[in-house]
Amino acid sequence: MAHHDHAHDDHAHDEHHGPEKGIMRWIKTTNHKDLGTLYLFFAFTMFFIGGLMSLVIRAELFHPGLQFVDPEFFNQMTTMHALVMIFGGVMPAWVGLANWMVPMMIGCSDLALPRINNWGFWILPFAFAMLLGTLFMEGGAPAGGWTMYPPLVLQTGNAFPFLIFAVHLMGVSSITGAINVAVTILNMRAPGMSLLKMPLFVWTWLITAYLLIAVMPVLAGAVTMLLTDKYFLTSFFTASGGGDPVMFQHIFWFFGHPEVYILILPAFGIVSTIIPTFARKALFGYDSMVYAVASIAFLSFIVWAHHMFTVGMPLAGELFFMFATMLIAVPTGVKVFNWVATMWKGSMTFESPMLFALAFVFLFTIGGFSGLMLAITPVDFQYHDTYFVVAHFHYVLVPGAVFAILAGVYYWIPKWTGRMYSEKWGKIHFWLSAIFINITFFPQHFAGLAGMQRRVPDYAVQFVDWNVWSTIGAFGFFLAQFIFIFNMLACCYGWFGRKQGLPDRVWEGAHGLEWTVPSPAPYHTFEVPPVISDNEVTAAHDSVDALDKHKLS
Amino acid sequence: MDIGARRSTFKFVLVVVGMFGFGFALVPMYNALCDAIGLNGKVKMQASVAEPVQVDTSRTVTVQFVTTVNGGRTWEFRAEEASVKVHPGEMRAVKFYARNTEGRDLIAQAVPNVAPMQAAKHMRKTDCFCFNQQPFAAGEEKHMPVVFMLDPALPKDVDTVTLSYTFFEVEQVAHQGAPAQPKI
Ligand code: HEM
Ligand SMILES: [Cu+2]
Repeated sequence: MAHHDHAHDDHAHDEHHGPEKGIMRWIKTTNHKDLGTLYLFFAFTMFFIGGLMSLVIRAELFHPGLQFVDPEFFNQMTTMHALVMIFGGVMPAWVGLANWMVPMMIGCSDLALPRINNWGFWILPFAFAMLLGTLFMEGGAPAGGWTMYPPLVLQTGNAFPFLIFAVHLMGVSSITGAINVAVTILNMRAPGMSLLKMPLFVWTWLITAYLLIAVMPVLAGAVTMLLTDKYFLTSFFTASGGGDPVMFQHIFWFFGHPEVYILILPAFGIVSTIIPTFARKALFGYDSMVYAVASIAFLSFIVWAHHMFTVGMPLAGELFFMFATMLIAVPTGVKVFNWVATMWKGSMTFESPMLFALAFVFLFTIGGFSGLMLAITPVDFQYHDTYFVVAHFHYVLVPGAVFAILAGVYYWIPKWTGRMYSEKWGKIHFWLSAIFINITFFPQHFAGLAGMQRRVPDYAVQFVDWNVWSTIGAFGFFLAQFIFIFNMLACCYGWFGRKQGLPDRVWEGAHGLEWTVPSPAPYHTFEVPPVISDNEVTAAHDSVDALDKHKLS
Repeated sequence: MDIGARRSTFKFVLVVVGMFGFGFALVPMYNALCDAIGLNGKVKMQASVAEPVQVDTSRTVTVQFVTTVNGGRTWEFRAEEASVKVHPGEMRAVKFYARNTEGRDLIAQAVPNVAPMQAAKHMRKTDCFCFNQQPFAAGEEKHMPVVFMLDPALPKDVDTVTLSYTFFEVEQVAHQGAPAQPKI
């Protein structure tokens, strides 16, 4: 990309040149678009590795009894699968999308801390090399579950310190990413882009960044305590020394529940961007969307113990956490209502990003409902640690977070590469994904209700039918993703004769600053802050009056 | 980078440092909360003073005993009676039996716990083998006393109390939970 068309080219400024050539471009880059690309490639590599691990799990569970792997290795797979998917897949994918889109959406030239950005990314390959390396160690990888509960996790062998330091590094990486995004959003918006004019992806990411900044350090503290308990004679969680293992669960879930919203809030932003584009209407209830996200984020700090109903709590505690958890359904319901209302009487078309966004609304809501069931303390005593919980969190994470990531990539890849993906293969990918994901996870509700436990490589024969379906679905879903990978790589590299030459506004119903720059987006955009046309911003708002009000205040 | 961005970066870094500290501050907070409301079923590791109290013969509470040896050891460890019935305020003595089945000397420490947790602070023990470390020679067996009373303030809806003991090897305490490999 040597070509750029800025009026002020004569500034002999480093950043004003195109990218370096070769591998050094990627190692040294501080450009938000390059880093966004790196993050996304990293995330999809991790999705692939984590996906392979899930296939090992599903293959073993195809039939009762032990067939392919021994139980210890099975437990390593469940633990590593979760860590890789959450910290290696979904979170870096969100940071990647924020890298690409936040500066282009708020009209600034780059993130506020470009060098930190480079660092934040390049920590990740080391963290995951460390974590995945434990698979080849004597004693194998960590197998105590991604939640790392003591005392079990303290029995991890040589892998233990690697697990802890890998978690530390992932934490550092996501904290740097979060600070960078938050500082950018707070300080570098183009003139006229007030907070309540920001696109919702920017809003949800700002709130996500706050959550990350607040809870990742708590996780770092918790795993540090594990480390000192194991090696330095402390007894934070060791009963024999006066500690309490249940305390770890409290600290972990104080991080853990906000973490699940870290995984999903940016998805809300993407869906809120895509649905108006293809319904050709302004988002219904912009302001209420912002308040809903903010209240979900707030509530996420006071519900953690719903993961611990069976651990034992005073009755008042069980009741408090039950009601607080159910309260989250209210702002979540507001959001779902708004998405549906946005489509109401819209002129809808169903391109791939829209299909994934619609599937998100429908299937995420199923996950929300099973969450509500789990929030009912007395029934959670039956459901806890069964496949019902597995079904719940996979509905919110796969057709939830992952579908939103896929939707976002479909939506913006023409802007990134200047080439349109194949709509036909996009639709095939969508239908295969949507069908197989339900084949995978819907039966798990029933297996769980009937009593099948999670994290066990064997099960009673009455669960066999549900598991056969699940395994077939999992393999089908995994294979279908290669359609996506090839479709997207073809846009990146111009395979199959795909030509550049798309209009700036790739989707005729799309609004926002990113659609005012050329496609593909030049290496540097908005080096001069843009003049924000009212049309670009009001399009995101259902009420121009509301906008005027914000202008006055 | 402009002043505003520098300033907010600084603020966020402070929050990160603060929240890292907050994670550790949760430890004393949790312990204080547990002391105040008996949240985790922990019972005192020292003898209570045996003030005589009125025995409430109108209530009978079943006290069950649970024993565990940490780390999958083969030591024998059990209550000599699986459960006893007591009146609140009544002093009761029971015995626990333990035998070191390993071919080496060891020192063990029992850690007690009470369920339901609201009963924990009403469990008064004047004597318990858990107050001290217990040395066992290879193959040695012991009959160890526990003298306890449930004080009459025990909430009315509690009719069964479970007292559990987990034996840890003391050397293992030093190694914090990592079960020491049995030395054969
Ligand atoms: C209406 C919203 C939600 C409610 C009421 C809810 C409720 C719950 C409850 C009560 C549990 C604990 C179940 C148990 O272990 O017995 C749980 C587990 C879980 N939830 Fe949710 N949830 C909601 C949304 C979400 C979202 C949006 C995500 C992530 C994107 C999520 C991810 C998870 C995960 C990963 C677990 C399992 C953690 C583990 O044990 O490993 N949930 N949820
Ligand atoms: Cu939760």
